Amino acid sequence: MQVLRCFLGGLLLMGLSLHSLGAIETQPAHENAALPGEKESAENHEGTAKEKFEPGTFIFDHIGNAHEWHIITIGQTHVTIPLPVILYSKSKGLDIFMSGKFHHGHETYKGYTLETEGEKKGKIVAEDGSLPLDLSITKNVAALFFGIFLILWIFLTVAKAYKRNPLKPPSGLQAFIEPVIFFMRDEVIKPSIGEKHYEKYMPYLLTLFFFIFINNLLGLIPIPPGGANLTGNISVTFVLALFTFIITTVNGTRNYWKHIFNTPGVPLWLKIPIPLMPLVEFLGVFTKPFVLMIRLFANITGGHIIIMGFVCLIYVFSEMSAGLAYGVSIVSISFNIFMTFIELLVAFLQAFIFTFLSSLYFGMAIEEEHH
Amino acid sequence: MGLLTPDTGTIIWTFIGFLAVFLILKKFAWKPILHAIKERDDSIANALKAADKAKQEVSRLEASNEKILMEARLEREKIIKEARELKESMIMDAKNLAKIESKKMVDEARESIKNEKTAAINDLKKQVAELSVSIAEKVLASELADGDKHKELIDRTLHDIRFM
Repeated sequence: MQVLRCFLGGLLLMGLSLHSLGAIETQPAHENAALPGEKESAENHEGTAKEKFEPGTFIFDHIGNAHEWHIITIGQTHVTIPLPVILYSKSKGLDIFMSGKFHHGHETYKGYTLETEGEKKGKIVAEDGSLPLDLSITKNVAALFFGIFLILWIFLTVAKAYKRNPLKPPSGLQAFIEPVIFFMRDEVIKPSIGEKHYEKYMPYLLTLFFFIFINNLLGLIPIPPGGANLTGNISVTFVLALFTFIITTVNGTRNYWKHIFNTPGVPLWLKIPIPLMPLVEFLGVFTKPFVLMIRLFANITGGHIIIMGFVCLIYVFSEMSAGLAYGVSIVSISFNIFMTFIELLVAFLQAFIFTFLSSLYFGMAIEEEHH
Repeated sequence: MGLLTPDTGTIIWTFIGFLAVFLILKKFAWKPILHAIKERDDSIANALKAADKAKQEVSRLEASNEKILMEARLEREKIIKEARELKESMIMDAKNLAKIESKKMVDEARESIKNEKTAAINDLKKQVAELSVSIAEKVLASELADGDKHKELIDRTLHDIRFM
């Protein structure tokens, strides 16, 4: 019952954040289209006028990936943590250097340029216009490494405590983790997969849950090494969904595939001559992990966008008048605090839903035939 | 950089990173943690089972103790009853025995008195006879000094004993 309620709440929240994402995403697109012209004319008219604040660019720079980790901009000085750039191209081979060499895209280094405008913004482009294989430790990858380090540290410490006294009641970090493990095991994994096989999937599902949860939480911390929109990055959610997809497909029983290609209990005309049901079911194999990928990405990105949006409000109003900006900042910051609390809930909820649905898919894949 | 287009570099790093985390945690964290949790669950379940068993054992022992106590009480009553009966019978026996013994003694005494009496009577008879014989002898000796008298005596005596 509880699980169901959580799940429904999650769906509701998901819908809300998707909605808000859609609303905000269209906005900057308009602005981006309108702004370059406007900006040009402003520059033409006033010359050295103060650069106009663009909320769209501001937000998308923060939630997107980058080759350097931006901390603060004071006046015209960007304070960033330079990150290593690793490039491989067939013509030039392997190149490793620090992203500081680009001077925020102002300079070309070893024939590579960091695009700052246009369609390839943020990408490293070779002189001939081709894109090398970019294996750089970008902001997200650095955040990923930090997250991995934190997860390994937490769980190896906890494991040590368990190894020392397996029969003692948990204490410290262990007492923090254990109820979550119990919750995941008894409320999520065991009911979805079944008493018989659930133990086999425990390590993956627990890793998945804590990986998403801890990285979600790290994303809420505004300063490095937190603050990167890691679990709201489509590449990351793609990999996570890919793992679930691979495990589901590899462990699928004969019964699972039979349900897909020859669904029992479905009228024959839906299968022959046009294999409508098999087609739909087969598509379902891919849409399930695809939805996992989109859901996590959209929720976390949506949350980041909302929080950034509230911050932007202050800057937008400050361009009108300072007094207005002070007034708005009070509202903005209170909403931000409120949103951050909601995001804490979402951080848990999304990790929970991803794990819950993954275990449901595993449960479906290994289900025995029953009548 | 499109928000919705996956980036090869990030995919590769995430794939490697997540796989590494999964494999390391699986071997070094989840294995001992889940093992320990299971072990503890088992030990708690076993302890509960053992406690339940002990409780049953105690109640069983209590019942049996009660039974033993009851039996002991019955046994005691039986023993006391038996002892009482034994006492009664012993007293009765002793009484009977004493009665018989005393009767026997009285009988014996009576017998011996009777015997003594008979003996005494016999003795007296004998002594009287002897005395009378000796008296008779003396009388006879004096009577039979002459012949007639002698004969007369014989006749009288014979007459007395209705010999003639």
